[in-house]
Amino acid sequence: MKIVQIDKNQWTSGIEKLNEGHRVFAPVKNKLFHDFKALEKDEKPDFDFKNTRLSPKSIVYPQSEILFRFSLDQKSDEYRILKENEKDQTPRAIIGIRPCDAYSFQLVKRNFDTPEYQDPYWLKAYQNSIFIAMACNEPCSTCFCTSAGTGPFDEKGLDALVVDAGDHYLAKVLTEKAEKLFEAAGWTSAAEKGAQSRIEELQSTAESRISTEIGTDKLKNQKMLDLYEAPFWEEIAFSCINCGTCTYVCPTCWCFDIQDETSGKSGVRIRNWDSCMYPLFSLHASGHNPRGSKVDRVRQRFMHKLKYYVDKYDKGIQCVGCGRCVQMCPVNIDIRRVCNMMNSYDPESCVCEVTSA
Amino acid sequence: MTAYTDKIKEAAKRLLEEGKVDVVIGFRKGSVPLMNQPHYAQSAGETQQFIWDSNCGINLANYLTNRKEKIGIVAKGCDSRNIVTHIVENKISRDQVHIIGVPCTGMVDRHKITEMVSGDIVEMTEDAETITVNTASGSQNFNKAEVLQQNCAACSHRNPVIYDELIADLLEEQTDVDMFESVREIEAMSAQEKWDYFEDLIAPCIRCYACRNACPLCYCPQCFVDESDPQWVGKSQDPMDIRTFHWLRAYHCAGRCTDCGACERVCPMGIKIREFTKKLNKDCYDLYGWEAGLTTEERPPLDTYRPNDPDEFIK
Repeated sequence: MKIVQIDKNQWTSGIEKLNEGHRVFAPVKNKLFHDFKALEKDEKPDFDFKNTRLSPKSIVYPQSEILFRFSLDQKSDEYRILKENEKDQTPRAIIGIRPCDAYSFQLVKRNFDTPEYQDPYWLKAYQNSIFIAMACNEPCSTCFCTSAGTGPFDEKGLDALVVDAGDHYLAKVLTEKAEKLFEAAGWTSAAEKGAQSRIEELQSTAESRISTEIGTDKLKNQKMLDLYEAPFWEEIAFSCINCGTCTYVCPTCWCFDIQDETSGKSGVRIRNWDSCMYPLFSLHASGHNPRGSKVDRVRQRFMHKLKYYVDKYDKGIQCVGCGRCVQMCPVNIDIRRVCNMMNSYDPESCVCEVTSA
Repeated sequence: MTAYTDKIKEAAKRLLEEGKVDVVIGFRKGSVPLMNQPHYAQSAGETQQFIWDSNCGINLANYLTNRKEKIGIVAKGCDSRNIVTHIVENKISRDQVHIIGVPCTGMVDRHKITEMVSGDIVEMTEDAETITVNTASGSQNFNKAEVLQQNCAACSHRNPVIYDELIADLLEEQTDVDMFESVREIEAMSAQEKWDYFEDLIAPCIRCYACRNACPLCYCPQCFVDESDPQWVGKSQDPMDIRTFHWLRAYHCAGRCTDCGACERVCPMGIKIREFTKKLNKDCYDLYGWEAGLTTEERPPLDTYRPNDPDEFIK
């Protein structure tokens, strides 16, 4: 690993250079908020941001993705033949992603890349991506990454970590992929002595600014059915309106629905994000819905993230503590509070904390 | 308005203790600033979490739908109008609800304040006319009038229109407000400008349906966008499907919308959803002199017929 120093001007011009040979994804300010998107020609990224409104998961896993195209024209040779949709496989340089969001790809990978099954669409896009993260010097009041297995300077899953050191950037180049990319961008000046300790200093300041935490230590040993039948779900779910906000802003929610859509004599097979908050998500063809009430659906979301995932992979929770759902839930359902209630639940004494997070 | 908190707690406790209701629905303090949470109390102890301030923008009438027990509900002007609409549409009977009326001086626009303040908001406090927002680096004061939700600033029904008891004296209603200013601006546009305006408006939509789900009017057992047999609307980010959702949702609210602003408040992408429904509200007002949810004694214009109804549109 080496540390390079990048002047702020060099940073901007380097990103422009990367447009050659890469699709560059970076935070861009739109009218109201920051969006993580592919830079269009002459579009300028903006790194004066806390985090993007939506998570950058869509870079690898778009909200709607055409998988196949087909023809319904009986005269065509390709009548009813699914043809794979051509995708742009240019390497993706993901610049300025926050470490928590970058780590989310590692959590999601456990689902999309298993020894038995590999999701080719997700995996190809992921493998084509280089993650150049921007450390978080000033986390939000809703961040709880440090108790969710990651942190504002976390390097897991990164190719490089860039740190804003005031009038310049310091970057830890962690992989060969990143080394090549840094060369292409012209970011090659070795940092002066003391860069490592400067980064450590900024890291400890940032970590000390994380003001909330969750307890996850007891989740694994809780009995699944005890949590499932815990008395607090009704109370947690009361305010829920069953919208898809939490699942759509979440970097680790991965559920999808596959639909065929036709127009005239051609059609597409398309994969769309789905949400366990929607009644249709679990509706059976028979008409029966095993998660027919909103309480069932709210419980499912939290049980999946904080219990089923924990049990299945034994690698912690399916949450990186980015706090988007906390900020954006329209009715203030706070995963920090729910996680603490699940973690501290004692079915014997039925003590369940019901105060706010 | 924060002085209402104790009175709400008191009323809720009394109603539960006297057995007049089985549950009271109100708000409790949220875990993040500018955000209170709908809360229910079934025992006197649970009433102690109730709160009232300028962050109670969610429409609580939404939480009445399909409940079977006797309900006490905290209702500001718009909530009460949606309770009326629920009664008129036979979603609930008047006897099933005990309405704790709250004369309301308006809710603050969380999207607007977040935009106006640089930095992460960690706390909001208020007195009668001033909203104080604290960030890590300092605090900023706003005149409440300048940070109100747009629908609250132009509200002419701040008092509950129906109630069983009141938390405070009725307020003088605002009379010099213009509910339809932005509608007139859009009406003056050319067809192409209107198209572009609405395309731009819904461009950030992620189809989370928060607008629909926060709306007390949207109580269909199955929404048309959720039907799969037949499937009316595609599920992708295809712009036509997104438009279809917004247009049909708005039209389904024609003559029923109370402009409570819940749809706009809950939108995670900050879309000004009310631009759709306000035009329909204006048409109902101009054509029939109708504002939704003011009386249980009259049928809404779209489910009744009068020989003198305007009919220029059927030519």
